Amino acid sequence: MPSAFTRALGFAALLSCLATCQVDAGASDPQEFTQIERGRYLSVLSDCGGCHTAPGGKPFAGGRAIETPFGNVISPNVTPDLETGIGAWSDKQFDAAVRRGIGRTGAHLYPAMPYNAYTMMSHDDVLAIRAYLNSLEPVRNTRDTNTLPFPFNIRSVMAVWNALYFRAGDYKPNPAKSAEWNRGKFIVDGPAHCGACHTPKTQLGGDRADQYLEGANLQGWSAPDITNARATGLGNWTTDDIASYLKSGHNRFTAATGPMAEAVELSTSQMTDDDRTAIAIYLKSLPGKEHASGLAPIDAKVMTAGGAIYRDQCSACHGIEGKGVPYLFPSLVDSTMVRAKDPTTVIRMVLRGARSVGTRGEPTAPGMPSYGWQLDDRQVADVLSYVRNSGGSPAATVDPSDVARVRSETTARSD
Amino acid sequence: MINLRRREFLAGTAVLLFTAATVRAATITGRLPWAPNAGNPPPQVRLGPWEFFSGDEGRAMDALADCIIPPDAETLGGKDAGCAVFVDRQLAGPYGQQEGLYLRPPFQAGAKNQGHQSEKGPAQSYREGLAALDRACRERYGKSFAELSGEDKIAVLTALEKGNLKLEGVDGASFFAQVVKDVQMGLFADPIYGGNRDMSGWKMIGYPGARYNYLDWVNRHNERFPLPPVGMTGNAQWSRS
Amino acid sequence: MARKLPKKDVVIVGFGWTGAIMANELTDEGLDVIAFERGPWRDAPTEFPPGYMQDELRYRVRHELFLRPDQLTFTFRNNMRQTALPIRSWGAFMPPNGVGGGGVHWNGEMWRFLPSDFVLKTHLTERYGAAFLPADMTIQDWGVTYDELEPHYDRFEYLCGTSGTAGNLRGKIQEGGNPFEGPRSRPYPTPAQPQPFSHTLFGKAARELGYKPFPQPSGNLSQAYTNPLGLRLGPCTYCGFCEWFGCSNYSKASPQTTILPYLIRKPNFTLRDKSEVIRINVDRSGQRATGVTYVDSSGEQWEQQADLVILSAYALFNVQLLLHSQIGQPYDPVTNTGVVGRNYTHQTISSVNGFFDSKKFNFNPFIGSGSIGMCVDEFNGDNFDHGPHGFVGGGYVGQVQTGARPIESTLVPPGTPKWGPEWKKAVRDNYLSTVKPGTGVHGSFYSYRDVYLDLDTTYKDRFGRPLMRITMDLKDNEIKQNKFLTDKFAEIIKAMGAEKLAVQYRTAPYDITTYQTTHLNGGAIMGTDPKTSVLNRYLQSWDVPNLFVMGASAFPQNPGYNPTLTVGALAYWSASAIRNQYLRKPGRLVDA
Repeated sequence: MPSAFTRALGFAALLSCLATCQVDAGASDPQEFTQIERGRYLSVLSDCGGCHTAPGGKPFAGGRAIETPFGNVISPNVTPDLETGIGAWSDKQFDAAVRRGIGRTGAHLYPAMPYNAYTMMSHDDVLAIRAYLNSLEPVRNTRDTNTLPFPFNIRSVMAVWNALYFRAGDYKPNPAKSAEWNRGKFIVDGPAHCGACHTPKTQLGGDRADQYLEGANLQGWSAPDITNARATGLGNWTTDDIASYLKSGHNRFTAATGPMAEAVELSTSQMTDDDRTAIAIYLKSLPGKEHASGLAPIDAKVMTAGGAIYRDQCSACHGIEGKGVPYLFPSLVDSTMVRAKDPTTVIRMVLRGARSVGTRGEPTAPGMPSYGWQLDDRQVADVLSYVRNSGGSPAATVDPSDVARVRSETTARSD
Repeated sequence: MINLRRREFLAGTAVLLFTAATVRAATITGRLPWAPNAGNPPPQVRLGPWEFFSGDEGRAMDALADCIIPPDAETLGGKDAGCAVFVDRQLAGPYGQQEGLYLRPPFQAGAKNQGHQSEKGPAQSYREGLAALDRACRERYGKSFAELSGEDKIAVLTALEKGNLKLEGVDGASFFAQVVKDVQMGLFADPIYGGNRDMSGWKMIGYPGARYNYLDWVNRHNERFPLPPVGMTGNAQWSRS
Repeated sequence: MARKLPKKDVVIVGFGWTGAIMANELTDEGLDVIAFERGPWRDAPTEFPPGYMQDELRYRVRHELFLRPDQLTFTFRNNMRQTALPIRSWGAFMPPNGVGGGGVHWNGEMWRFLPSDFVLKTHLTERYGAAFLPADMTIQDWGVTYDELEPHYDRFEYLCGTSGTAGNLRGKIQEGGNPFEGPRSRPYPTPAQPQPFSHTLFGKAARELGYKPFPQPSGNLSQAYTNPLGLRLGPCTYCGFCEWFGCSNYSKASPQTTILPYLIRKPNFTLRDKSEVIRINVDRSGQRATGVTYVDSSGEQWEQQADLVILSAYALFNVQLLLHSQIGQPYDPVTNTGVVGRNYTHQTISSVNGFFDSKKFNFNPFIGSGSIGMCVDEFNGDNFDHGPHGFVGGGYVGQVQTGARPIESTLVPPGTPKWGPEWKKAVRDNYLSTVKPGTGVHGSFYSYRDVYLDLDTTYKDRFGRPLMRITMDLKDNEIKQNKFLTDKFAEIIKAMGAEKLAVQYRTAPYDITTYQTTHLNGGAIMGTDPKTSVLNRYLQSWDVPNLFVMGASAFPQNPGYNPTLTVGALAYWSASAIRNQYLRKPGRLVDA
């Protein structure tokens, strides 16, 4: 999940520029419609507005706290305000920040800014984004300081991080693959920075390349496996299912909520149909891994208790058979999120409820109520174990301690 | 979470409208509102001492509950089903004080079909009614209502219902009708409110409780629905046995 | 002193069905619309989720979703000689409150009125002669016809996904539907709901008695549905908690499920909750509304100016706001002049409960939906010859049992003690085998010269304004009508195989403490003559042409059906007049 999620691992904050700046509006022509429009679309693909807009704030004026495992990074103002935005930056400085993570003063950016993904964009792409940002109304907005603890508050540490995890360079098409596949891979790995949320991270916040897009845990959510793995990934989805999900936030199996709801709203729902299909074709080409083997047999008592809770509470919407109502209530039988190796998201949804995203295509935005007041940890675990093992492929049971962990980790969260 | 706190706050201060900051008017635009943990479920009544009744009143209520709903071989009586506890907690809450009702003067007597016209809420009616009932029993039998024999209790209540036993300062027949209604309500309300213990009222009649989905049964005519009752806080089946 | 807010194009007072419909229609015109709702925000997952919504005590007995009388109530008396007393606790009807209004906690009955209902005075006079009508009856024609409303009925039915069986498709009578209904241009969007046991038994008995029973048209959906706005509804799961409750699983048509998620996305729409409009402001001429004054939850007063004011609160509150704003001449029954408060009506309902042999019958009565039911329409409106009966009007009868919530539905046969071992045994033996049709007899309530609304002289609201006074009683015509219908209904229940019946007729005096539906009507009626109506045929105020008043307050009298479908259709009809006529040339759409 791009958008607010990028924050997760950490990536990104442009260094604020408070020093004396020499005015250099850049070579891009702010009146050039084609370039501005291209830049606008690239900013949609890149979901710039997700991180660079504070809740309730002006678009692109920054100030949003981006959570990372190491502390909060505050997103900077990227409107063309001369003093507090990027109005005074040269194109070269802007390009260095977006694609190499080098701030205007030469200091390293935190990789909450996904320059490791954006590096796949071309110089021209970045100039187009710049042209688009320059066309916005300048907003004066000085950001608060980051709250990273030592040693992460020392930016030079990022040089080490870059040496470990950062590979600069434009996207190189794979000639053996179709144009659509290449376009999909470019968007996924480049501007849309899907791996920021969906690829597990090392302790230092770098991608675990061997688990590429296989799902990760961040900000109290588990981002699911989006490879073509059958049990936990998108194996049962058609490319149309994926494209529909990206377009409207809903498909016949499931609905987007949490950080992905924001990604759909600000980014994927505004992409072109061709680009959504390209993403789908690329994701369907990733084999992923099948995890189903070696599950311990399930205690029949867990299934009985979970089944009773399911019938009494969940079946109102998800149906007695667990099949839900297409585009309205997710099918728990078909949902891979339900079966994810890491059950954090489903636990969180049962405990705290969730609202699915409303889009032009699917405006209903149905919500899931909170059951945290009603079900204790063991009951939540049992109903989820029941759901994970009814229809579809079986998945590991959920332990009450998992529920206790999510309950305590999310207690103070407002999202 | 915010709402839960608000409930506690309201329960403690009996403020219902226009006060707490969280009930402020809001502008809703752009998207449907959402907050995690939103909701306003009722708090579970805790067993323990009476919250409204005095000890004497509580004893009288338990006795009344068992007269109105006598125990039998199959089902609990009103006392063991928690019906007096239910009434106690209701009287201690907003209902007892007529909270939310129109209580501006003048209070004038009117026709019955114009509705209740008194500053006195149910809490005060019970306080006066139970005291008057015990007084009447002491006068006639030298004992409080709870201390009467089963036969005498029935005789007193039958006379009260028919208007043959007058209570001092209280309309005995109306008061008893109110008690009957409230006690029976305690047998059939969700057990979260303190009555209907073990869902005994629901089991007795075959009501399957706070369920939501009968899609598999709407077309099965004249066949008994097989699942046991469930309350807002679940039932025994929700736990691993 | 009220603080002024920036002017809007349109202000909407009250956000229930008609407020939502008007907001959606007028924002489509590009107008900047703000809606004020007195009650709180409400939505299924957060305010009435399946985890605790099925709570009879809280929602049914303690009226959780309704307006608190403390906030606003009315006074009531049976006749002009009596002293009106305040309704301190709700009984006869339940004023809605909150976003979605009555659309949240209604049952979802989706009835069209009969073509003759709209031209009632003309129709009855032609058929029976003017002398057949009681002297003090003040019924009149609506000013709009069934044919004019048909496209708007259709639109609202398709918005809601209505489940039903058509009875008259473009003039061709359809097997299984209501043969008495007016012609409809399309079938219902979704098929009728399946019927539980007792309902099918009623249908069978009615058929054997020569009637043509049909499933009640329902806003609880038989299957998943996507409406023309792209909003999705789920299938009803027959939980049996519909009226008085909110629907947890998006299967009951409401503003929340059919309009709001679409509307809220529009940048030119704003909704404010917990904001009570206390006055419609007019300029010095008295002929132009300038906006409204409202009070927010902190007690602060604000003035919202607007070019167009849509009054779309509950019927009684519409009338009350007109009276408090001094718009239109208040009705005086003595001189028979004035219009605001005139032709106030309710619904004449009764029921028959049937007690069956518990060894043979298990109805699983808790399986139900708000508008499930098998009905018979032979005795509605003027579907039968009233000549021999000496009354006018009628209603449908049906087994419309919506569930069996146990506090209200533990009935015992007549003659059983009210408490003690016999009561207990009777409750146990009868719960599963009792037919309890709710408003099984749903009759018309026609208008009378001395049944009306005005301002009380003694009791005040929290702002010191006089409460509105209801003067209402049941007249012989309605009592006769009800006796006739109830007896017909009892025959069918008996024919179902009931061993014992509990028959309850509606009688005078009108009782403000017992529930008789929330179908209150009139007081700000539509018509063709400003001397006898508040609104013209487009629901536009005769006096203040930039004020439109929605709702059942516009009904000149109440037919024998549930009002909501007609209320919604009238809102679409009015919106269409605003969009196609008024906005092009603001001013009176009908010459006075």
